[in-house]
Amino acid sequence: MSLYQLTAHELHDKLKAREITAVELTESIYERIEEVETQVKGYLTLTKEIALEQANAADIGFQNGDEIPPLAGIPIAIKDVICTKGVRTTCASKILSNFVPPYDATVMTKLHQQGAVMVGKTNMDEFAMGSSTENSAYQITHNPWDLDTIPGGSSGGSAAVVAADTAICSLGSDTGGSIRQPAALCGVVGMKPTYGRISRYGLIAFASSLDQIGPFTKDVTDCALVLNALCGKDEMDSTSVDMPIPNFTQSLINDIQGLKIGVPKEYFTEGLDTEVADKIQDAIAKLESLGASVIDISLPHTEYAIATYYIIAPAEASANLARYDGVRYGYRTEESEDLINMYKKTRSEGFGEEVKRRIMLGTFALSAGYQDAYYKKAQKARTLIKSDFDAAFEKVDVIATPTSPTPAFKIGERTADPLQMYLCDVMTTPASHAGLPGISVPCGLVNSGLPVGLQLLAAPFNEEALFRVAYTYEQNTEHHLLKPNISNVNDK
Amino acid sequence: MATITTEGVSHVANLARLEFNKEETKDFTEQLARILDYIGKLNELETDDVQPTSHIHPLQNITKPDVVKTSLPRDAVLANAPEEEEGYFGVPRVIDTD
Repeated sequence: MSLYQLTAHELHDKLKAREITAVELTESIYERIEEVETQVKGYLTLTKEIALEQANAADIGFQNGDEIPPLAGIPIAIKDVICTKGVRTTCASKILSNFVPPYDATVMTKLHQQGAVMVGKTNMDEFAMGSSTENSAYQITHNPWDLDTIPGGSSGGSAAVVAADTAICSLGSDTGGSIRQPAALCGVVGMKPTYGRISRYGLIAFASSLDQIGPFTKDVTDCALVLNALCGKDEMDSTSVDMPIPNFTQSLINDIQGLKIGVPKEYFTEGLDTEVADKIQDAIAKLESLGASVIDISLPHTEYAIATYYIIAPAEASANLARYDGVRYGYRTEESEDLINMYKKTRSEGFGEEVKRRIMLGTFALSAGYQDAYYKKAQKARTLIKSDFDAAFEKVDVIATPTSPTPAFKIGERTADPLQMYLCDVMTTPASHAGLPGISVPCGLVNSGLPVGLQLLAAPFNEEALFRVAYTYEQNTEHHLLKPNISNVNDK
Repeated sequence: MATITTEGVSHVANLARLEFNKEETKDFTEQLARILDYIGKLNELETDDVQPTSHIHPLQNITKPDVVKTSLPRDAVLANAPEEEEGYFGVPRVIDTD
């Protein structure tokens, strides 16, 4: 087995035992990138020079026998929505094509403190707006399981590079499902922690009441290790919450005896692919056979989550994206008549179509005469959606659902119809409204060979329950061990 | 809930500091109308007695001590500016001197 195929915790053991060096590991990752990146196209920027320096520094730590953090020397990819000091950060937008952040996001500072190695910046839907990564201004990322299909989005690059073994793990961001959905479609583990768990300082803002950073990993243990490294109150982000941070590896318990798992009937309706439904039912049966009690529940406002989301997220985005005006950073139009004209031309030339669509939708929903009918109505619907979950968590510890209603679809299949694309998020947006933690874990392949993800949700700040259920499921199944055969797919 | 016209789209575009040609305006009008039609689903909900949720935390008015700290050096901040003049951001003329 090549080094790039291993998990972070397996590699940590090898690094610590001095069987391998971090430089060897980093070189192995870049060799793998040489092999498959031209097909997958998961990265917008590669940072090999920085990576080798960081790997070298980690090796010095290992040689000195220092106290070695679990992510020291581990190659990690970063979604291009997270500011990296001195390394171009584009948000996959033309408007930030030349933006080089003068500071690091707090999550980057935390990764540096661990001694992690940055492989590069990953592709995404422009400003994290999309469900297929096709809205990138730069390139299309291909799903490693079938290069003709999308990897999901918006963190499609971060999911694809972990699935393709061109990074050991990665960071993404999740506003309405942008970590969980691509994780499901690429057959990897992806977690959106509770809103407020992780500082968003340096995360380029999309919808501030929903955005959260989280990890993509090859297994649940790695997910706990990365989350351990990222959590905590940060004075640079007033929405980060001062809560005790458990050591999540202590929740990696192979036992769910007595845990109550709720299955909401609203997630198993029309629009759910039958093969996906079968895989999820198998997974739920497995959890029951492992000792959990499975309870039918109802989340009656589920069907309103998309409509609510497509008011709240664009409204917040329209305000957040007002800052791109061609004055302080980023793209500016070549010629303009006056200041207002410069703003308009810069923004119209710099933003892609989906971003403009959402700015328009959000500006409309907040404009005079419409704010109560749209934005306030959506905020009230959000209360109802959240109340559904509050009531459910009185009865159950964890909720199990599909992560995505379908497996990965073909590139180009849904780009013509924005509303069809929005409906991809039907299983993930409800939990986003309620700020809940959620994890997607691989639960098998459909007949065409594409992966399916099981979504587990818990009450706010109860990531521990998610880790326990996800870990138990993983330890008693082998779905997470399946790997795409990228060369074979290409030969077809 | 109301639907949206091409005039409405042009008005909103101006508010958002965007500009579209005729064809784009037509496309956006059709797309936004369709999305707003779908969003109209929310009217099925009785929400008179429901409080709005702006975010999920019971947090309000986070403050911190008003202490002066070092911020980024001016050069570092201006390094990304499309136009810089004598240590300031440069913009097209705002005030007419005629």
